[in-house]
Parts: sequence; structure tokens; C-alpha cells
Amino acid sequence: MSASKPRAPGSAYMNPYLAGVGLGLVLLAAFVVMGRGLGASGAFSAVIAWLMDLVAPAHAAANEYYQGYLEGGTHPLKAWLVFEVLGLAAGALLSGLLAGRVRLSVEKGPRVGNGPRLAAAFAGGMLMAIGAHLARGCTSGQALSGGALLNAGSWAFMIMVFVGGYATAYFMRWQWR
Amino acid sequence: MNAPLYKYGLFGDEMSLVIAFVIGIGFGFFLERAGFGSARKLVSQFYLNDMSVFKVMFSAIVTAMLGVTYLGWMGVLDVDLVYLVPTWYAPQVVGGLLLGVGFVVGGYCPGTSVAALSTGRVDAMAYALGIFAGTIVYGEGYPAIKDFVNSDARGALTLPEALNLPWGVVVFTVVLIAVGGFYGATLVERRFGGAK
Repeated sequence: MSASKPRAPGSAYMNPYLAGVGLGLVLLAAFVVMGRGLGASGAFSAVIAWLMDLVAPAHAAANEYYQGYLEGGTHPLKAWLVFEVLGLAAGALLSGLLAGRVRLSVEKGPRVGNGPRLAAAFAGGMLMAIGAHLARGCTSGQALSGGALLNAGSWAFMIMVFVGGYATAYFMRWQWR
Repeated sequence: MNAPLYKYGLFGDEMSLVIAFVIGIGFGFFLERAGFGSARKLVSQFYLNDMSVFKVMFSAIVTAMLGVTYLGWMGVLDVDLVYLVPTWYAPQVVGGLLLGVGFVVGGYCPGTSVAALSTGRVDAMAYALGIFAGTIVYGEGYPAIKDFVNSDARGALTLPEALNLPWGVVVFTVVLIAVGGFYGATLVERRFGGAK
């Protein structure tokens, strides 16, 4: 540890290729054991459908989108993706604890305050949710899982994610640079 | 062995939820190991000074793709039984674009936001609330945009089918693109990596 260069506490990240192969083997296990890929955004949708059904059951029943998660007789939260995302949170926490990286903090660049950063994070989450619904999946379900299965729509989607990201980067320097 | 095991009835729905949790642990573990619980690390991909997102993503895609391909050729895995999300080009292209914008604005994608919030990142909690809000906006707006959402339907479609090329040729091409991309990413990092 050199004293001259301050760095965030916690040990170094894993080699990206090694982490990628690990992630790929987890994905392969999902294909072989379950016959399906990984996902994330679908778990958020199940939670919203469940809450909407609790708060406004008549409204949820009249909406085709919510019904997609509510019909079928099983509880909307008793879903594969919900349990997978709970595992995701547990696995990340385990890795973070082992590396000493768990702490309450806000991820941001040096020029932005907490308030604007949190507002942008909220707005980004909203955009992401709408995009993931149009695309039928997010980076996990489409780019990663569909990418490995050579799914045509997934590859079209993945290219557009990079296009959208690079097109926006210049206008978001205030947050990150 | 006949795989996918679940589709061949080796275990039931209750057991599949336990497996979901275990697979999720592996997923979250490697996301956090790679540094993807940090928004700054993730968005660095789009400022060219840290190409980890590309490296991790394409190592994972190539690993799983080669696994599926070889297990399929060996007759262990029935690839046709692995669920393929159907393709709707137009909404998926628009969705991908929105997701890319949301990635740089918000700092995460849904999976990495869960890894980040469980390791204490407050901005990831705000991001997750944004996902909930966006889901309600989408749900309420669904009747109005339903026609677009379901437009340009192509059914379950793979790249080899869409391009009329043999499966093995496409696999080999993806490996070449990945290896070329890894080399390119290293060059890009060498050029832009030092600048903060």
C-alpha cells in the first residue's frame, strides 16, 4: 500500500476475463439445469404487479400488462426471476463482504453533489425500465443470455445499448468526470 | 444425461426456485467480483478508460455460447429446449437505445443495480426506485403503446437463421469478434486509461 495515492478501501477487482468466464459458467449452468437464461428486470415487474394488485386490485385486473404477471393462480412473487434476483443480492453481498467493499456510499464523479446524482440515478432507472420492457429484457436477459444463444433480437438490442450509451456519455460528463 | 434437466422433469417447480436462488448467488458473486457493483466502474466503459464491461460481457457470452454449442453437438443438451426470447426488431432496437441512455444517466443496469444496492450504494437504491416508477409508467401506458410493442414480430429467431449461415460459422465469427474486441479494448485503455 503506497501512502501517496489514496484509493477506496477494499481489495482489487477480479481480472475481467476471469470474472467473465465465471459469469459465463453460471449462465451455462442456467441453460443446462433450467433451460433458460439469467435475468433481472422481470423481477422488478413482478413486484410492481403484486403491489398494484394489493393497492388497486380492480385497476390491476383491468390492465393487460399487470394481468400477465397475476394470472395463472400462483403468487406473482413465487417466480423464478424473483428468487434468482434475491440470490443475486446475496451473492453480491458475499463477494463484497469478502473484499471489504460493503459500505454506505454514493457512486459519482468529483463535480456533482449527492442530490443531483440521486435524481439522475432515479431517472436512469425509469428510462431503463421502459427500455427493458420494449426489449423484453435487460442486459442480463437479452444481451448476456440471448447473446450466448445467438438470439437475433438480442444482438440487435445489444448493439443499440452501446450506441445509446456512447451517444449519451458526452452529455453526462458532469456526473462522472 | 439429458439436459435441460428441468425440462426433462428431473425436478419440479418448488425445487426450481431453490436452484434460482443458488444460480443467482453465482451471478451476483461474479458481478460484484468484476467491480460491477460500482457505477463509476460501469460507466467508464462509455468514457473509454476502463473497458471491463465489454471484456466481462464478451468473455461470459463466448464461454456460455461455446458451452451450449459443444454440449449440443455432444448430444448432452437439447438446445431447442432452451428458451429463446422471440424477436421483435423495432421495439427491441428502441428499447436497447433507451437502455443505453439509462445506463449512462443512471449508472447501472437492473442486475448490476441489485449488486450495488446490496453492497450499500445509495444511488443504486434510487436507481431501483426509478425502475419501479418506470415499470408503473410502462404498465399504465401499455394500452396506448401496445401496437408498437408487438410490432415487427419475427418469432424465435437465431442469428444463423436470420443470416442464413451455419451455426458453427456464426459461433466462430463471434469468437473472432470477441478476441479482436479484447485486443482493441486493450489499445483503447492504453490510450485513454491514464486520463481520469
